[in-house]
Amino acid sequence: MNQPLLALSGLTKAYPGVVANKDVSFEIAPGEVHALLGENGAGKSTLVKTIYGLVKPDSGTMTLNGAPYAPAEPRAARASGVAMVFQHFSLFDAMNVAENIALGMENPPPQREIAERVRAVSDQYGLPLDPSRIVGELSAGERQRVEIIRCLLQDPKLLIMDEPTSVLTPQEVDILFKTLRKLSAEGTAILYISHKLEEIRALCENATVLRLGQVVGTCDPRETSARDMAELMVGSALLVPERAARPTGETVLSLQGLSAKAPHRFGTALHDITIEVQKGEVLGIGGVAGNGQDELVAALSGEMRTIKGMVNYQGQSISHLGPNARRKLGLLTAPEERMGHAAAPDMSLTENAVLTATTRQKLANKGFVNWRKARSFAEDVISTFDVRTPGPQNTARSLSGGNLQKFVIGREIMQTPDVLVVNQPTWGVDASAAASIRQALLDLAAKGTAVICISQDLDELMEISDRFAALNEGRLSAPRPAQGLTVEEIGLMLGGAHDMEVAHVDV
Amino acid sequence: MDWTAINPILLLASLMVAATPIILASVGELIVERAGVLNLGVEGMMITGAVCGFIVAVNTGSPVLGFIGAAIGGAILSLLFGFLTQFLLSNQVATGLALTLFGLGLSALMGQSYIGIKAPDFPDWHIPLLGDIPAIGPIVFQHDPMVYVGLLLVLAVWAFLKYSRAGLILRAVGENHEAAHALGYHVVRVRMLAIMFGGACAGLGGAYLSLVRVPQWTEGMTAGAGWIALAIVVFASWKPLRLLLGAYLFGGVTVLQLNLQAAGMAIPVEYLSMSPYLATIAVLVIMRAGRAPGSLGQSFHASR
Amino acid sequence: MIMLEKRAQPSRVWTLAAPIFAVLLTMICGGLLFAALGKDPFETIRTIFFDPLFSEFAWFYRPQLLIKGAPLVLIAIGLSFGFRAGIWNIGAEGQYIVGAICGAAVGLAFYPTESIFVFPLMIVAGVLGGTLWALIPGILKVKFDTNEILVSLMLVYVAEQLLASMALGALRNPDGMGFPGSRNLAKYDSATSWISENVGMHWGVVVALIAVIFAYVTLSRHLFGFNVRLAGQSPRAARFAGVNPSTLVLICMGISGGLAGAAGLFEVAGPAGQISIDFNVGYGFTAIIVAFLGRLHPIGILLAAGLMALTYIGGEIAQSNLGLPGAAIQLMQGMLLFFLLMVDVLTNYRVRFGKGAIA
Repeated sequence: MNQPLLALSGLTKAYPGVVANKDVSFEIAPGEVHALLGENGAGKSTLVKTIYGLVKPDSGTMTLNGAPYAPAEPRAARASGVAMVFQHFSLFDAMNVAENIALGMENPPPQREIAERVRAVSDQYGLPLDPSRIVGELSAGERQRVEIIRCLLQDPKLLIMDEPTSVLTPQEVDILFKTLRKLSAEGTAILYISHKLEEIRALCENATVLRLGQVVGTCDPRETSARDMAELMVGSALLVPERAARPTGETVLSLQGLSAKAPHRFGTALHDITIEVQKGEVLGIGGVAGNGQDELVAALSGEMRTIKGMVNYQGQSISHLGPNARRKLGLLTAPEERMGHAAAPDMSLTENAVLTATTRQKLANKGFVNWRKARSFAEDVISTFDVRTPGPQNTARSLSGGNLQKFVIGREIMQTPDVLVVNQPTWGVDASAAASIRQALLDLAAKGTAVICISQDLDELMEISDRFAALNEGRLSAPRPAQGLTVEEIGLMLGGAHDMEVAHVDV
Repeated sequence: MDWTAINPILLLASLMVAATPIILASVGELIVERAGVLNLGVEGMMITGAVCGFIVAVNTGSPVLGFIGAAIGGAILSLLFGFLTQFLLSNQVATGLALTLFGLGLSALMGQSYIGIKAPDFPDWHIPLLGDIPAIGPIVFQHDPMVYVGLLLVLAVWAFLKYSRAGLILRAVGENHEAAHALGYHVVRVRMLAIMFGGACAGLGGAYLSLVRVPQWTEGMTAGAGWIALAIVVFASWKPLRLLLGAYLFGGVTVLQLNLQAAGMAIPVEYLSMSPYLATIAVLVIMRAGRAPGSLGQSFHASR
Repeated sequence: MIMLEKRAQPSRVWTLAAPIFAVLLTMICGGLLFAALGKDPFETIRTIFFDPLFSEFAWFYRPQLLIKGAPLVLIAIGLSFGFRAGIWNIGAEGQYIVGAICGAAVGLAFYPTESIFVFPLMIVAGVLGGTLWALIPGILKVKFDTNEILVSLMLVYVAEQLLASMALGALRNPDGMGFPGSRNLAKYDSATSWISENVGMHWGVVVALIAVIFAYVTLSRHLFGFNVRLAGQSPRAARFAGVNPSTLVLICMGISGGLAGAAGLFEVAGPAGQISIDFNVGYGFTAIIVAFLGRLHPIGILLAAGLMALTYIGGEIAQSNLGLPGAAIQLMQGMLLFFLLMVDVLTNYRVRFGKGAIA
């Protein structure tokens, strides 16, 4: 009799405004490598947090080895033999590996013994790691190894890995897979969350696909094509855009060999990005978060200055210009982080309008702010983009995520830019708001503005882009026309297995 | 200017005495900052300790009880700071300043009737054998017990941070309080304990001034020692052993300029008196501090 | 279990009520303190808070309010810009002293010439002195990332020594029969800052009020004020809006230093009268309390300064009439700041009762 290790039945979890998981059921056998597939927002995070005890489901049950399983907190999950490696690590940079591992354990043995156990485990599973090294100096792949070894030292029966390869080089991916296969052979089940189709096909024997919180299918990745899996993930109604190729004008923005050091320890360096963007076109840039999107936007907005000639606007180098000088020229940006970067959370919407629109909308005269004009501009943005809020005097913090996003994007669109760069424009936004934002971007392009849309959402990029490029570890692939690009090709470009040179250690 | 008036052995010996209150106060603040909290109220806690220690010592006739009283007084005062910053999430800079102002006022009030009184004697130890070594003996081995307490405290803190589990947890909380919380550690509890330890140490440092160094009570007698202690923590890059270096440096400059004054150096007294403070600034600039604890100064609010 | 939940919007009610609440709490605790010291709490509170304004001798005390309040207002207004931007100038006392020294030096250099240019030049010197003294920590912060709190504080002690040196040496009154201290500037017509000693009006009062107006206009209507507020709240959004953090540090330190220096000059050329070893009475530090009590808002600062001046004067009355120790007043002022910080939590957080894990 094959009793499953973990069985989920009817798990449902709702948050205000969104149903994260709806009636999710599946099983994992002991020693099985099971993939959990889905796009961002599909509900994968919530589901695994439920399994790990960070979230309590509204309804549904779980069993572990046949017995009811409902952990009240991660400690209980760990005690039951469930371990998890998060996408965002809980590590202490100033301390060494052994200390970090000791901190993650309930009753750690003395430091010396930990160092030995670490060496033993890391050798056993082929995850080379020196216990005395400072974690802050490790590469992302090595940091992940610390997290993994922390889990392994507790002898788990089920190991959950959340998007583990988003920070790994190809060689490190190989090492990881060897380790996971060994664990699986020894009887530890692995729940592997990812949207990287080729990897899943190489590693996993079973896959559950989530879309919009529900299970839409299961398959055996070894026998399913990437295309089929992508279609399950995204939904077969993947509209390849119908519009005819839009006539585009001359080049308005060009990046020549744009390279920059990582702005801080955990940033991503940019390597030799070269591309030309034309008036009236929508350039879609895809990529998993953490591959240089923030840095690219900073280089474009003027928050990060670069070497002369790297960023050129209408033929002139603007690499040295700050944000407001670029706004004056017509280059606007909307960063990813809406609370704290694109908008000041504790300031009113009127004040947030002044934040970026002062230059182009002439909201200040000789330095004195015309608050009436600012308020009226904010009101325009609110009504045009259907921002649900009592009024422009409300703080940005009081708006829901979707509404704030509409305000932030709308604020930039209404300044009639010549170039608009948006980073994850519809992240966390409900479907209708997302649709209206995309339509607004298309309308903007139709009027002649060049739009650069950086996003993880395939649907959206395919819907609105004329050309498509992938950002991977700070490198931009050559752009391809979006029309005619197959789902399989897109998925592969995003997964980084396309015809790019192997990433090497950065300068 | 009479150079012969300066006795190098006495100079070095008095250097250790001058450095002791700074050592005591800054080692406490080092623990507090390693836990991620910036407590600017060291001056207030020191002077409160000075007056508490003095009062207890005078009333009981025992300087040892005085020091204990000072430690308790400093710790209690620090609780105010801890409550405000850890539970009410108030701004750490403003609260620290409030603590200093409050402490200065409180101590002035408490010490009203004790001005001009002499503290009970706190005799130097003369360590047998070691204290008889020429030159080094008087410099190192003939001090009052608190000098040695200060050194031991630094050593103990160093060992605590490096080798103990509790020290590891404290460092983790100061480094990344979100991660520490995610792993299940009680951030607020750790910080409160650290804050109280810092208060107790500052109290000891202040009492050293009123019971040994001066030894009298005067309003405002710490004269910025608390602020120097804060600077020394930064200079030490939050490492206990480097803290000794900083304290001796400051103590050295202080004592040297006093000696130069007494020996009749041509530079006006006031400029010599400035030197310890200018030296502190220079040191802050030159020795650009290593990496501060990751969560230093940030309020921690457990969400969900 | 009591929990704190962040509000979506700072409560407007509490923003106004918190300082009032804090004052009331201080009065209550202060009363308890006075009772513990053996004084009648009600009489003492009345003496401190009401007598200077309303008693039969109020005509004498009210001018004192202007005299004591003006420097507090000036310095606190300057500090409020920096504090709002997260730039902590704690060394205003030192900038006050240096401003006084520079201004007085200019004045004394002209003695005994009478000219309408003397006083304006003194003001310029005072402002310049304070500004430069404040730019030391500012520049060190921008260039070396040194902590401005510690540097500005160290410079206070340096300034105090400088003051002593000046009072005993370079600026000593040659006709002063060997006593320390400079010539009395209040008696030197071209140099004095007095407008009307009887009413307590001196140029410092005038400039303080002008500063309040300027600050109000700048913070509410000018882009610079907006940027200051933004930088303090959301540094990342400020950079996105184009604010240069280094420039901001230098400007804010400069403003607070300049205003503190001016306050020092007005004080030494008027109410204090001469450069003496201890003419500074701690306004630079009290101004910090005033700034927080006034919620870093110009009007709030005006009111808070009035309140603090009241406690100073009332405290002096209580000292002489009731034998209250001076330190008790200092303690009460520290208490006020504590209570304000305590009550302030309600402005930004809602109190919730319920289950939850405390960290």
